[in-house]
Amino acid sequence: MLEIKNLHVGLEEEDKQILKGVNLTVETGKVHAIMGPNGSGKSTLSYVLSGKDGYEVTDGSAELEGVDILDMEPEERAAAGLFLAFQYPVEIPGVGNMTFLRTAVNAQRKARGEEELSAAEFLKVVREKAKSLKIDADMLKRPVNVGFSGGEKKRNEILQMAMLEPKMCILDETDSGLDVDAMKLVAEGVNALRDAGRSFLVITHYQRLLDHIKPDVVHIMADGKIVKTGGPELALEVENNGYADILAEVA
Amino acid sequence: MSAKLKNKGVVPSITVPDGGKWATTARQTAADLLSETGLPHRRDEYWKYTDPTTLTAPEATPAAIFKSDEALPFDGVDAVKIVFVDGVYDAAQSDALELAGVEIETLADAAQKDIHWAGSVYGVLEGRGQNPVSRPLASYNTAVSEQGFVIRATGKAAKPISFIYLHESETSDAVIHHTIKLDEGADLTVLENGPAAARINAVMEVEVADSAAFHHVRAQGRDHERRTATHIFARLGTESSFKSFTLTVNGILTRNDAIIEFTGDNAHATVAGACAGDGAFHHDDTVFITHDAVNCESRQVFKKVLRNGAVGVFQGKILVKPDAQKTDGYQISQGLLLDENSTFQAKPELEIYADDVACSHGSTVGAIDDTALFYLTSRGIPHKEAQDMLTLAFLGEAIDEVEDEALADDLRSLLQGWMARRHS
Repeated sequence: MLEIKNLHVGLEEEDKQILKGVNLTVETGKVHAIMGPNGSGKSTLSYVLSGKDGYEVTDGSAELEGVDILDMEPEERAAAGLFLAFQYPVEIPGVGNMTFLRTAVNAQRKARGEEELSAAEFLKVVREKAKSLKIDADMLKRPVNVGFSGGEKKRNEILQMAMLEPKMCILDETDSGLDVDAMKLVAEGVNALRDAGRSFLVITHYQRLLDHIKPDVVHIMADGKIVKTGGPELALEVENNGYADILAEVA
Repeated sequence: MSAKLKNKGVVPSITVPDGGKWATTARQTAADLLSETGLPHRRDEYWKYTDPTTLTAPEATPAAIFKSDEALPFDGVDAVKIVFVDGVYDAAQSDALELAGVEIETLADAAQKDIHWAGSVYGVLEGRGQNPVSRPLASYNTAVSEQGFVIRATGKAAKPISFIYLHESETSDAVIHHTIKLDEGADLTVLENGPAAARINAVMEVEVADSAAFHHVRAQGRDHERRTATHIFARLGTESSFKSFTLTVNGILTRNDAIIEFTGDNAHATVAGACAGDGAFHHDDTVFITHDAVNCESRQVFKKVLRNGAVGVFQGKILVKPDAQKTDGYQISQGLLLDENSTFQAKPELEIYADDVACSHGSTVGAIDDTALFYLTSRGIPHKEAQDMLTLAFLGEAIDEVEDEALADDLRSLLQGWMARRHS
């Protein structure tokens, strides 16, 4: 599904290299997790994959289903099936959540040559999916993320994911700022989307989230590289011993 | 038009039209004042950011007619429609001048009468608004205008009055003057839309008596080359309400002045506007609010979206007189620049002589929020559409000042149409 080879990325504005040769393959239908200490480049990887400005790819490639995505605009990547659940979902005053969702869904359908959803069809689907995430009508009406609590913002991210039905979902620290109950709710939302045709890349500091979203593969990232790859037991090792042991081992 | 501006930048020679006693007196007073003040010039403090040359030139600069099959704004609103073509009232295209709770007359008819209530409003509110800042284009209008309506609301109007200003001649030069009076407890909505002419000088005087409510929604759009100068003069009685909103799209030059005076306690005034300009576009909102009564509230909310060298100007003043305690004055002006070639100038002014007031003002200028733009595009919304959504959201905060939801929706779709045309 997602194949990243030797990816080198620096900041556009300053001479600073952040990713220093990332190699990563996420197979179709699998859940991969990336863990790593602060500053290891995890969030940068998610931003570069989704097309945020300010980064310069100096070497390497990233392909989604065999198609190079690094030259695409963010909206083209989204239409190709990539989705990033933001660590810090953005507040957009003046744009209604429902309008935003419908515009996004229909823009992607249009880009893929599919028929746009009518207002009634859309409403039916969104209400159903919102209900399972405990998102009420008021949250759908309000401006995007404005006045939402931390938990509501993350649930709103998952709702967008559920509506857009991407093939490749990247979750950037979706557990940050969530209490246990909110994390469970979000994890349930993600698990409901697990499917043989859909892949996930879950970025997190903590093993906790991975109790709820069980990964197939766990990677440890440090200093802009994947330094170790293993099964779910690797996450437990981090939980018990911290990153220091692993980093010392691979150094 | 019977009179022409003869000299640029100095005192024009004016022939005051014949009329009844009251109108002639008002016109002559305005003409006399104009001969003292002269026409506005770039050196004048309130014309520093807007060049009045084409507004004061003897002839209007020709303006191409904008052709569109789109319905006019407020087309779906059930209203008494009054049509002007190139600044001249066209009875044939207009509805009958009949509205329950409202008396409607042409200025020309009213001016022929020896005694008329309009004598206490026409040129009077405009005259009060000449101090401390002179407004020569309004003096000129009062002195020469023969077009416009004299409207008195005696109760709650059954429906709005909608002025539609059509533009058919490339060289038309319109001077329109409306005189409006709301009796105690009356309620009236006035809508205006259309380019009117190659050049238009419009004045609206509104006397709002105690407990009366006046609503004004204006859409200035269509013709790209039009040049517009408007003045609204309003005087507010006790517990009255005045709300005016203007949406402007396109137009080479627009100067909208609003001069509001609180004379009765516990009254409210909102003057708001949103404009979207692309290229040859200069838009100036100049507001002067005088609080001369206790516990009144005024709001100024202006938003401008500018690109390709468009210029936006805001000059807003709140004057609180010594006895106007408990005044609540609010003012916000914001410019959204879609590129580096555009300019937004803001001059907020507060002059406060009372000691127990709450006045606040803010002014910002900035670009589209990149983080918000990335968020929208990362969900698959194309860049231009995402930019439009954010632009509309920005202007929407001003449109929210329009109470009537149907009218607000009309304004939003007008803006969406403008954006869609820009991309095509």
